[in-house]
Amino acid sequence: MSLHSNSPTGPIADRWNKHKAELKLIGPTNRRKYEVIIVGTGLAGASAAATLGEQGYRVRVFTHHDSPRRAHSVAAQGGINAAKNYQNDGDSVHRLFYDTVKGGDFRARESNVHRLAEVSANIIDQCVAQGVPFAREYGGTLANRTFGGVLVARTFYARGQTGQQLLYGAYSSLMRMVDTGRCTLHTRSEMVDLVVVDGRARGIVVRDLVTGELSVHVADAVVLCTGGYSNVFYLSTNAMTCNTTATWRAHRRGALFANPCYTQIHPTCIPQHGEYQSKLTLMSESLRNDGRVWVPKQAGDRRAPNEIPEDERDYYLERKYPTFGNMVPRDVASRNAKYVCDEGRGVGGTGRAVYLDFRDAIERDGEDAIRARYGNLFDMYQKITDDDPYRVPMKIYPAPHYTMGGLWVDYNLMSNIPGLFVAGEANFSDHGANRLGASALMQGLADGYFVLPYTVGGYLSGNRAEAITEDHPAVREALAFVNERLGRLAGIQGKRSVESFHRELGMLMLDKVGMSRSREGLEDVIARINALRSEFWENVFVPGSTASFNQELEKANRVADFIELAELMARDALHREESCGGHFREEHQTPEGEALRNDDEFCHVAAWESNGPGNEPTLHKEELTFEFVKLTQRSYK
Amino acid sequence: MSSRTINLTLRVWRQTSPDQAGRFEKYEAKDVSTDASFLEMLDQVNEELVNRGEEPIAFEHDCREGICGTCGIVINGMAHGPQHGTTTCQLHMRQFRDGETLTLEPWRARGFPVLKDLAVDRAAFDRIMAAGGYNSVNVGNAPDANSILVSRTVASDAFDAATCIGCGACVAACPNASAMLFVAAKVGHLATLPQGQPEATKRAKRMVDQMDIEGFGACTNTLECEAACPKEISTKWIQKMNRLYLKAALISDET
Repeated sequence: MSLHSNSPTGPIADRWNKHKAELKLIGPTNRRKYEVIIVGTGLAGASAAATLGEQGYRVRVFTHHDSPRRAHSVAAQGGINAAKNYQNDGDSVHRLFYDTVKGGDFRARESNVHRLAEVSANIIDQCVAQGVPFAREYGGTLANRTFGGVLVARTFYARGQTGQQLLYGAYSSLMRMVDTGRCTLHTRSEMVDLVVVDGRARGIVVRDLVTGELSVHVADAVVLCTGGYSNVFYLSTNAMTCNTTATWRAHRRGALFANPCYTQIHPTCIPQHGEYQSKLTLMSESLRNDGRVWVPKQAGDRRAPNEIPEDERDYYLERKYPTFGNMVPRDVASRNAKYVCDEGRGVGGTGRAVYLDFRDAIERDGEDAIRARYGNLFDMYQKITDDDPYRVPMKIYPAPHYTMGGLWVDYNLMSNIPGLFVAGEANFSDHGANRLGASALMQGLADGYFVLPYTVGGYLSGNRAEAITEDHPAVREALAFVNERLGRLAGIQGKRSVESFHRELGMLMLDKVGMSRSREGLEDVIARINALRSEFWENVFVPGSTASFNQELEKANRVADFIELAELMARDALHREESCGGHFREEHQTPEGEALRNDDEFCHVAAWESNGPGNEPTLHKEELTFEFVKLTQRSYK
Repeated sequence: MSSRTINLTLRVWRQTSPDQAGRFEKYEAKDVSTDASFLEMLDQVNEELVNRGEEPIAFEHDCREGICGTCGIVINGMAHGPQHGTTTCQLHMRQFRDGETLTLEPWRARGFPVLKDLAVDRAAFDRIMAAGGYNSVNVGNAPDANSILVSRTVASDAFDAATCIGCGACVAACPNASAMLFVAAKVGHLATLPQGQPEATKRAKRMVDQMDIEGFGACTNTLECEAACPKEISTKWIQKMNRLYLKAALISDET
């Protein structure tokens, strides 16, 4: 199999327009003859469903949540980037493109990233028209803030709840299409398999989470917008039900999984506080606009933070990276937090935390100004930790947050299975090896509002699919497969809870495939994951029946897929003999401990083909060429 | 943060399916850290149930950061429990005393049928949203964002309404199981902004009518909804919605 990105050629700024002009169109009255399935209702899914509906396609939308509004995009806090240059500070489409390619440590596809930067400005227009209450200046214009890894203020925000407001915008557009009858909504309906007919994606198998009933839905194309896989680490900032099942099942049906080892450990999260802990909570990166990161200069200094005098504090990010200071990209900030904690200078009960201090910002701007910017985040911090961040510095530590890897897609966001499109965090395409802050919301909405509506139409126009019924052998095979699998899970009746397997998997992954990876650790962890998978299928205990509302069964089905994905992540990390962005191999670092890339051998996308669990996957490479951005060693000094 | 452990007795509503009768069952929650969240306490009880081979308590939750609106338990008669402005997932065990008995019930309302144990069906809220809870604007025809000026105060006011997470605590807290605060928050958010003006009255009328169809009760004016709302949404939005609804009835310029 050879991989074609189908990227247009020519000047980078003309490529998307040229491509759009070449995509075939379907006339408005013919669009209703085509049916599209969208799985997931976060920013990418809700926006794609709404827009395809507006264009006249018949759209069926599936979510495992009780409402589309619950998708985890809702929890994104800080903001959304757009190259509006409203601040007159030198921003442009090219600069956003450049920052994103550089921020991703030169492991993303140039054409995709440039398109993302081009459509970014229209996203803000669309959201404002929908009624998203973005922050405003006194004159009534939109306000901006700065995020890590950039030197301009291009981030639009709605207090610390930007994802919530953008999602409600996309959700309201989706519900408008439900109102018109063009979109049909299936809530509490989880995709558990992909139906492939004659090499093309033609439908999905769905489990009704209330009754347990399985059903098959067929269409002309399937779009997966099912988010990332950070919950493979058990403790992450993701919501509890975020999972990889949709993308993993598609992978097992032939879709290539690209760069699974590119995971983002977010630097500013509330540290872990106990064994019973179920998740980690993010504190928006926007806090680094005003908060200063520090630890005591002396290892083992146990004094309360306010008792440590100024000259005994080490503002290590400002010291090491004077140009970007506290606003270095996430991978750099996280790694440095790990280093100072490894040196014994970490704070808090566990010694795995650093301070994020607002004292100077409060002195400079006043408590009211800080409250207006971050009030809800400070309240959330206080509810969880019982500490008042207006008085004592926050304690933060990195936590798994976002996954840059995902299903491989071409420039049209179509996987190697024709008819299977993948958008948002679920695909691999735009962020390379590290995503910059406030770019996930941008990508999700870019894909849904402005890319898929063109490319899905382009595919459908040349691919009128034959009608298939539930009697088709491929449909029956997929249904039988899922039935057997769920029955098996419920029938094992072993001794260990699903939760205990997930927790063990997470600890293995965080330890060996987390912020720092080595050949020895990865080889060891692959063997352990294999053993865990065997034990899972012999000893897991799932109470209740498959034909009922059964949350343990839901979890078991998801954890089974996480275990398989975990192995692929480790294999990908082992294959990538370099450090880049969020992927840090201890064997490959500069004398200062920065990521050391190997452009000669690894300037490629690693796209893996499944050969079944326990078997070595097949590697396919998509070479990355950089025509418009010069490959350099990233420097934020 | 000073960490202790406490022991609690839980009386939990168990109901196997919508058409079965439910009952309270008693469970002991032992050695619960006061730093744990309420849902982490329930996780602990559930893991013990699973380890004993029993079916765990079904409850809904997702983000555990107070923003997705999935969780919701009536704790000792209070929707989302005793802490003001807090979702169940953000409630921490330091709010409770050692030895306390807690009664856990699902949202109880005609519009929210119980699915299992503490999980209810809130699809009615989506149907209300589909009845006009949007601005009719297709992708592709939006003007430049800064061509619509919105004063800081107006944007902030609209945000206060837009922050509603659709959890349904307002319904659970209301003696009449009214959904007025939920509907008013959406109507108010869009009607406060210039972009939402063209459909402001029609939207209010359609959403309120759908709310009635779904079986939610009339407003009791007891303000229980405001007290229970984890996002502290003000009942002033209900007045605004009532004015728009009245206007729609009087003018009736479109249907």
